[in-house]
Amino acid sequence: MNATVMDIEKHDGASRVEVQFNDPVQQREAATLGMWLFLSTEIMFFGVLFASYTICRVLYPEGFAEASRHTDMLFGTIETAVLLTSSSLVALALRSIKLDQRRAATWLLLGTAALGVTFLVMHGFEYYNEYTEHLIPGINFDQPGPHSRAIELFFCLYYFITGFHSVHVIIGVVLISTLAIRVAHGTFGPKNYTTLELTALYWHLVDIVWIFVYPIIYLVGRSG
Amino acid sequence: MSSIDAGESMAPSTPSFYAGGEGLMAWLTTRDHKRIGILYALTITVFFAMGGIAAAMIRLNLVEPAGLLDAETYNKAFTFHGVIMVWFFLIPSIPATLGNFLLPLMIGARDMAFPRLNLASWYLFVIGGLFTVSALLLGGVDTGWTFYTPFSTMFSNTHVILVVVGVFITGFATIFTGINFIVTTHTLRMPGMHWFRLPLFVWAMYTVSLVMVLATPVLAMTLSLIGLERIFGVGVFDPALGGDPLLFQHLFWFYSHPAVYIMILPAMGLVSEVIACFVRRRIFGYKFMTYSMVANAVIGFMVWGHHMFVSGMSVYASMVFSLLSFTVAVPSAIKVFNWTATLHKGDITFEAPMLYALGFVGLFMLGGLTGLMLAAPALDVPLTDTYFVIAHFHYVMVGGTVMAYLAGIHFWWPKITGRMYSEPLAKFSAILMFVGFNLTFFPQYILGYEGMPRRYHSYPPQFQVLNIFSSAGASILAVSYMLPVLYLLWSLRHGAAAGNNPWGARGLEWQTSSPPPEENFLHVPIVREAYAYDEPAP
Repeated sequence: MNATVMDIEKHDGASRVEVQFNDPVQQREAATLGMWLFLSTEIMFFGVLFASYTICRVLYPEGFAEASRHTDMLFGTIETAVLLTSSSLVALALRSIKLDQRRAATWLLLGTAALGVTFLVMHGFEYYNEYTEHLIPGINFDQPGPHSRAIELFFCLYYFITGFHSVHVIIGVVLISTLAIRVAHGTFGPKNYTTLELTALYWHLVDIVWIFVYPIIYLVGRSG
Repeated sequence: MSSIDAGESMAPSTPSFYAGGEGLMAWLTTRDHKRIGILYALTITVFFAMGGIAAAMIRLNLVEPAGLLDAETYNKAFTFHGVIMVWFFLIPSIPATLGNFLLPLMIGARDMAFPRLNLASWYLFVIGGLFTVSALLLGGVDTGWTFYTPFSTMFSNTHVILVVVGVFITGFATIFTGINFIVTTHTLRMPGMHWFRLPLFVWAMYTVSLVMVLATPVLAMTLSLIGLERIFGVGVFDPALGGDPLLFQHLFWFYSHPAVYIMILPAMGLVSEVIACFVRRRIFGYKFMTYSMVANAVIGFMVWGHHMFVSGMSVYASMVFSLLSFTVAVPSAIKVFNWTATLHKGDITFEAPMLYALGFVGLFMLGGLTGLMLAAPALDVPLTDTYFVIAHFHYVMVGGTVMAYLAGIHFWWPKITGRMYSEPLAKFSAILMFVGFNLTFFPQYILGYEGMPRRYHSYPPQFQVLNIFSSAGASILAVSYMLPVLYLLWSLRHGAAAGNNPWGARGLEWQTSSPPPEENFLHVPIVREAYAYDEPAP
C-alpha cells in the first residue's frame, strides 16, 4: 500500500477505513470477497430448487411439458427483457459514478429500481391469471387429466422458485432505491463506489438466476 | 466477567481486552472477536448441558429392557439430544469459540474482516436456539434430528416448525461465521504470513468455512421446503403429493455429510497445534496436512449417498458413493499418520491438553475405521440404523470433536483468561473422560453388531448387560464433563497467573500478552514458519 493512494482517499473524505483494515484497498478487497461468498451461498440456495425441479422433471416428463404450456410465455419473455435491461442500467450507473457523473448515476439507479418494480407488477398479473385458471397448489389447484399430480408439482416448484426470486428482486429494489438517494446526496464518488459495485453484483446475480428460471419454466418442453 | 481481568496483575502497562467496557451492555454490543468468541463459548456450554440432560434421559431409559420412559418421551429425548448437539454445540463448537478468538491472533490481525457480521452471527445463533428450545418447552419434537419426510411433514403432531425455523436461523449464523473466516484469512494476514506459514488451525478454519458457506444454504432451503409442505400441504417431498421422499434424503445429506467435516476439520487443526507444542517439533508433512484438509472438504461433498444405501437408491449409485467414501478416508488417514510420525521418537510431555489431544487421535481413529466398515454397502445394509452406527459417529463427534475442543480450551485457557488451571485435576478429568467415553460407546459397537436397532425405547433382554455398561460409562462421562467446568471457573479467581507463553508455543498468539489487549498486538509479532520449535522462541 503506497501512501499516495491513502492520501487521495483521505482528501476525498468519503470512505472511512475500519480499524481492522490497514488501508482502503484492503477494506475494498475484503468487502468484495465477502460479497462473492455471499453470492455463492445464493447459488446454493437456488441450486436446491433447481435440483428439485430437475428430479421432478425426470420423474414426470409429460406432466411437466403439459404444465409448462400453462405458463404465460409472453409475460415471461417481457419480464426477461425488463430484468436484463435493468442489469445494464445498474452497470451504467456504476460507470457514471466512476466518471463522477452523479446526476446520471442517480437516474440510472432509479431506472433500475423502476424496472425491478415493473418486473414484480408483471409477475403479480401472472400470479393473478394463474389464480383464475385454478393453477395455484394449496389454494385453488384444480386441473383435470392424467397429469394432474405432475402439473401440481410443477406449479409448486414454479411458486417456490419465482417466489424466492421475487423476494430477491424486492430486496434489490429497496437497496438500489436507497443507493439512488445516497448517490443524489453525494455519498459516493470516483474513489468510493464499493457499496454501489457490490449492490450491482447482487442485482446481476438476481438477473442471472432469472436467466435460468426463464427457460426451465416457460420454454422447455412447451412444444412437446 | 470482570473477575477474569488477570492482565492487570501481569503487566499493568497492557490493559487486556476485558478492561475496555465491563458491563453487560458492553459485552452484548461488542465487536471484538475475542469477546464474541467468549459469548459463543458460554452459549454453547449451556446448550451442551441441555443436550447432555437429554442424553442422560436416553441412557437412563435404556438401563431396563422395557424402557423406563414411555416411547413418546423417549423419541422426544433423542430428537432434542440430536438437534441440540449437532446444530447448537458441535457445528459452532470449535470455529465459533476458539476459531473466533484465535484466527485473527494467529494471522496477526486486529479483528475479523466483518466484526458487525460476527456479532450478528452470535445473535442469530441465540435466536435460533430460543426457537428450538421453545419447541422443547411446548412439548418437544419426535422426528429425530434428520426430519425424514413424510413423517416430519405429514404424520408428526409435534412442533416441527419451531425447530425447523430455529435450525434455519442458526444456519445463517454458521454462514456469517464462514464468510468472515474466509475473508479474514484472505485479506488480513500480516506481512510475511503467507499461506504455507499459516498454523494448521487456520487452515482448518479456512477449509471448514468453505464447507459452511457452501453446504449450509442447502440445509436452509431444504428445511424451508419442509416448512412449506407442512403448513400449506404443497411440496416436493411427500409421495401423496407426487413428490419424492428420497429427494429430501439426498438434499438433507448433501448438507449433513459435509456437516460431519464442519465438526471434525476444526478438531484436526486444533490437535495439530497441541501435538506440535508438546512434542516440541514441526508437524510432520505440514503441506500434506494442508492438502488433506482441502481434500476432506472437497471429497466430503461427494459422499452423502452412503447414508442412503438402504433407502432405495440404485445399486450403481451405492457403488459409486461407497468408492468415494473410501476415498475420503485417505486424507483423514494421512493426518493420523502425520500426527503419529510427529510423535515418533519425539520428546513428548503429557500436559492435560496433550492428553486430550492424544485421546482424540485414538478415538478418532477408531471412529474413522468403523466408518470404513460402514462405507461398504455389504456391511452397511445389515448395520444401518443399529447401535453400530451410533457408536461410530459418537467416536468421531464426541471422542473426536469434544475431546479436541477440550484440548483447545485447556491449551488456550491461559491465553484467554490469563490464568492457569489445576493441572492434576485437568489430567485426571482427561483420563476419566477417555475411560468414561470408551465404556459408554464401545459396548454400543457390540450391541449394534449383534443387531440392536437405534431409536427404540425398549429392547430384547439379551442386550441388557452391555446397555448397563454403556449407561454406567455415561455417568462417568458426565462427571468428566462437569469437572473441567468447576476447576476452570475456580482458576479464574485462584489460578496462578499465566505468562504470555506458558507452554513455550510458537504461534503468533503467544507473542502477545495473556489476555491479549483489545487491538491484539501492541508490538508487531515476528512471523516465521509455523511450528518453528527447532528455533528459539521469539
